[in-house]
Amino acid sequence: MLKKRIFILVGITISIVLVYLLTLVGNNPDYVIPKRATRLAAMALIACSIGYSSVVFQTITNNRILTPSIMGFEAVFILFQAFIVFLYGDKTFQVIEQQTNFLFSVVLMFGFALILYFALFRKRQVHVYFLLLVGLILGAVFKSMTSFLELVIDPNEFAFVQRYLFASFNNINTNLLGISAIALFISLLIGTRILHKLDVLLLGKEQAITLGINYQRLVQISLLLIAIQVSISTALVGPITFLGILIANLSYEFIPSYKHRHTILGASLFGIILVVGGQYLVEHLFNMNTTISILINFVGGVYFIFLLLKSRRL
Amino acid sequence: MITVKDLHKKYGDHPVLNGLNIEFPKGKVISLIGGNGAGKSTLLSVISKLIDQDKGQITLSKEDITNISHKDFAKRLSFLRQSNFTHIRLKVHELVAFGRFPYNRGKKMSKEDKQKVEEAITFMELDNIANSYLDELSGGQRQRAYLAMILAQDTENILLDEPLNNLDMKYSVQIMKTLKKFARKQGKTVILIVHDINIASQYSDYIAALKDGVVQHFGTTDEIIKPRILKDIFDIDFEVILNRGCKFCLYYN
Repeated sequence: MLKKRIFILVGITISIVLVYLLTLVGNNPDYVIPKRATRLAAMALIACSIGYSSVVFQTITNNRILTPSIMGFEAVFILFQAFIVFLYGDKTFQVIEQQTNFLFSVVLMFGFALILYFALFRKRQVHVYFLLLVGLILGAVFKSMTSFLELVIDPNEFAFVQRYLFASFNNINTNLLGISAIALFISLLIGTRILHKLDVLLLGKEQAITLGINYQRLVQISLLLIAIQVSISTALVGPITFLGILIANLSYEFIPSYKHRHTILGASLFGIILVVGGQYLVEHLFNMNTTISILINFVGGVYFIFLLLKSRRL
Repeated sequence: MITVKDLHKKYGDHPVLNGLNIEFPKGKVISLIGGNGAGKSTLLSVISKLIDQDKGQITLSKEDITNISHKDFAKRLSFLRQSNFTHIRLKVHELVAFGRFPYNRGKKMSKEDKQKVEEAITFMELDNIANSYLDELSGGQRQRAYLAMILAQDTENILLDEPLNNLDMKYSVQIMKTLKKFARKQGKTVILIVHDINIASQYSDYIAALKDGVVQHFGTTDEIIKPRILKDIFDIDFEVILNRGCKFCLYYN
């Protein structure tokens, strides 16, 4: 049953990937296919990070309708984008290169997470929900600061900021992709080493401690890995963690196993299917007139309502 | 042997443990009794490293428990809490197998692991529901599944917070007999919170009576089951009846 389901998912993933890569190529396959392959690599990598970080985040918060975005990562990212446009106006892109922007975004988001964790975890036995609450409130503060900046800047410059409000795979910088890929891959690799401990955590915090889990340390490592993955994915393609709630829950429904190595694999595959499928629609059906964020938000929103309606499972 | 010295714990401004001292003898069944809010559950939580004490020291075979890693601690002491819940769909045998986590750390189960899991399942008479999902079971069956997990963990010290919750009389008696056998045959120390005073009186070797965050009375069962002491603990009148060499408490008036 488990193997069969995973095979089905892998099958669908491979077909979608092939369809995306090889159909409707047009007259210039030598140009189009490598470009699509790059985009594909980015999508697969990010889908895996989102899959991992969402499932792990839901385990440590013991809640199936949260994603790491509740911690305010994306709010930090957008505030930073609004702030540089506020500072430099229409000269933004001459002053700050894409690489520098990426680097600063990652450092800011990761730094934000570190400060949050260290400030709160210095005192032992802080409840994870307290951490979420602080993240949520700071996120709201950053969002209103962003709104303020957007109000002050020139409406034309506002368009620059707006670009960052939606995730996009259309123009990915290949240099950045290389570095991100290495960082995400390493963090995922380290991440696989704690999966068996996270399985025990599903029995509840107390039960996990009595079975020999160092709860505090496990939560800290998980949150650090999540911070790395979310910062890099967000800096690379924009706010996309909303995808997490969708793919994590699809995986719980479809994969008949509680083990993290199975649910995370499932979530990652669902992620690839949705992102690549969505991107295919954006490119060919909507002719780039919409963004993948809107498509996935639409699907995700419908699914979220469905989840709420059958809330006995939450 | 577990020794607790001068244990203090506050929740906010509300003190729960007020300089509690006790020495739990090895290889015995020890019941903790006391009214609601006397600090029984908190005591067990601190001993099992779930929460930190504000002050005081706990030693396990003369070793301070703060110096023992969680990993090693789980092989020496197990604790079953009052209410257990998980939102994942888990089969009974999968839950029981978690009891072996301290030994295999999530890697493949060894022969010994498998054997212990089998034994625990058979012992709790769960064989015919071993492949059922936990959420399809009755409260009592689920409680037995969790107890089987604790058995599979196979530790020298077993702490149980109201293990008879949800169990009918047959299983209550069976579990108390089991715990007693563990103490006698395998020298395990069993510390449990019991609300049924007659169960405590029948099956425990020692009784510790808690009140206001300290151990008010501690002694052999015979020493504690006395109207004067019970009244001091629970603030109601007790009548102790001797029947076939056993003491029964009457308190329904």
